[in-house]
Amino acid sequence: MARAAVPGRLTWRVAKLAEARTETPTARTLVLDVPGWPGHLAGQHVDVRLTAEDGYTAQRSYSIAAPADGDRIELTIQAVPEGEVSPYLIDVYGTGDPVEVRGPVGGWFVWRPTSMDPVLLVAGGSGIVPLMAMIRARRAAGSRIPFRLIYSVRTPGDVYYADELRRRARDDAGLDVTYAYTREVPEGWPNPPHRIGVADVNTNGWPPALTPDCYVCGPTGFVEAVADILVALGHDPRRVRTERFGPTGG
Amino acid sequence: MIEPRMDLGPHLDGNVLAGPLREIFAMDVTAATSRCASCGAVGAVAALHVYANAPGMVARCPTCEEVVLRMVRTPDAAWLDMRGTVSLRIPM
Amino acid sequence: MGIVTPGFRGRPRSSGPDLPPGQYLTHDFPVLSAGPTPRVPMDRWEFVITTETSRAHRWTWADMMALPSETPTVDIHCVTKWSKLGTTWQGVSLDTLMSDVDTAADYALVQSYGGYTTNLPLTDLLDGQAWLAYKFDGEDLHPEHGGPARMLIPHLYFWKSAKWVRGIQLRFDNEPGFWETAGYHDYGDPWREQRYQGD
Repeated sequence: MARAAVPGRLTWRVAKLAEARTETPTARTLVLDVPGWPGHLAGQHVDVRLTAEDGYTAQRSYSIAAPADGDRIELTIQAVPEGEVSPYLIDVYGTGDPVEVRGPVGGWFVWRPTSMDPVLLVAGGSGIVPLMAMIRARRAAGSRIPFRLIYSVRTPGDVYYADELRRRARDDAGLDVTYAYTREVPEGWPNPPHRIGVADVNTNGWPPALTPDCYVCGPTGFVEAVADILVALGHDPRRVRTERFGPTGG
Repeated sequence: MIEPRMDLGPHLDGNVLAGPLREIFAMDVTAATSRCASCGAVGAVAALHVYANAPGMVARCPTCEEVVLRMVRTPDAAWLDMRGTVSLRIPM
Repeated sequence: MGIVTPGFRGRPRSSGPDLPPGQYLTHDFPVLSAGPTPRVPMDRWEFVITTETSRAHRWTWADMMALPSETPTVDIHCVTKWSKLGTTWQGVSLDTLMSDVDTAADYALVQSYGGYTTNLPLTDLLDGQAWLAYKFDGEDLHPEHGGPARMLIPHLYFWKSAKWVRGIQLRFDNEPGFWETAGYHDYGDPWREQRYQGD
């Protein structure tokens, strides 16, 4: 498992696209080669900077989706309609093309395999990305810490990492995955589409008495709602770590 | 002067300060604990409410919404205002 | 300049006689906020101009609505680089509000509900250059755009046009405001690209 960033101020590094995977019609995973990458913790993010030929630059933050694999890191990008960066990274950015990255950053919204408390992950849409990094890091470290993931998506087609999550829920002992659909449910699903509520979190999370570490990631409104539910259910607010996504200009 | 009711805007978390602050500091300041100069609330810098759709980043206390920290990056300098924090406890 | 990413263009960058240097044209109205949006009940709203001798001139909402209004159509330029052309507002000219104010002050510190401040020379508030605006595009000014009333000082970068304004302090010294104490320019002329201190 990687360590946190080396001491010293961070500078930009040149990264090149090694390979890419389509996750959904609007999301793409980029595997970047970053020579000299210092390693990172699950949950950390990177800043990505793009420079146009005339010197114009745009900068965005993206969560890292997987544990470090040597000099390789993975980011999953969700298309933001009318955005200026995400449509480029999804539709145009090609193998071997350079971007600049600065990271890893963030030492709060992280999960360490040395942690002994059960973990509750609650993802809204693209908020799954840093939480998937935790699930993958748990597996990579051979950790037996019990994990529960509640993943809220609009429709079944919006699930990132769908095959891998199905496989891990089956094979990774101690990992439970449940879905909440807000617009459209799979055939035969017992509940109608609905926004995540107290009952979902209460049924599929952990009792507060187990003092789980809770990680909530997604759009601002989603994170706000889930964090309020967790605190109302009796979870210690200091154990509820949140990461709100956007509005960043896409 | 009257005190208006405040509606929380579309803020992010202090996590988003990690990159900009790591350009200045050698360690991750978002994992530090800060005490609000206005209301005394203590919490992680990563849990501050950050308003980033602005000319700079404005981090506010999640308890009282007063400004704890501001950061502006100009082409040749970083401006950091920390008057809203009494102290930072940085894990070493 | 950093490493160029092939094929990356970014948002369209336009230029033209109406656009100050470094600005791009937008047709929507981006919402910038440095904090929560204050909601001020109209029956308790007031606007106060305080002179350097601490003399206060107060207007309630009804007082302000009773004043003659103007409907300026102006271009606005945000320091975050968007410009919006031909925006139409309704509000009271600062010339009207200042007509009975006796002052020898050189500077103004604009103050908002919620704690925001911004500074500028008093002369930039006068001679048809500034308004206390309460309508945008014929509609009541939405809270996210500064309603019930905001400053409109279109010849300076838009951070000078304070949202949720509650008053103006007239001063002998040029006390820097919220962004001016954090690296932004004391004056902020978009045509001279005065974004940051030292520009």
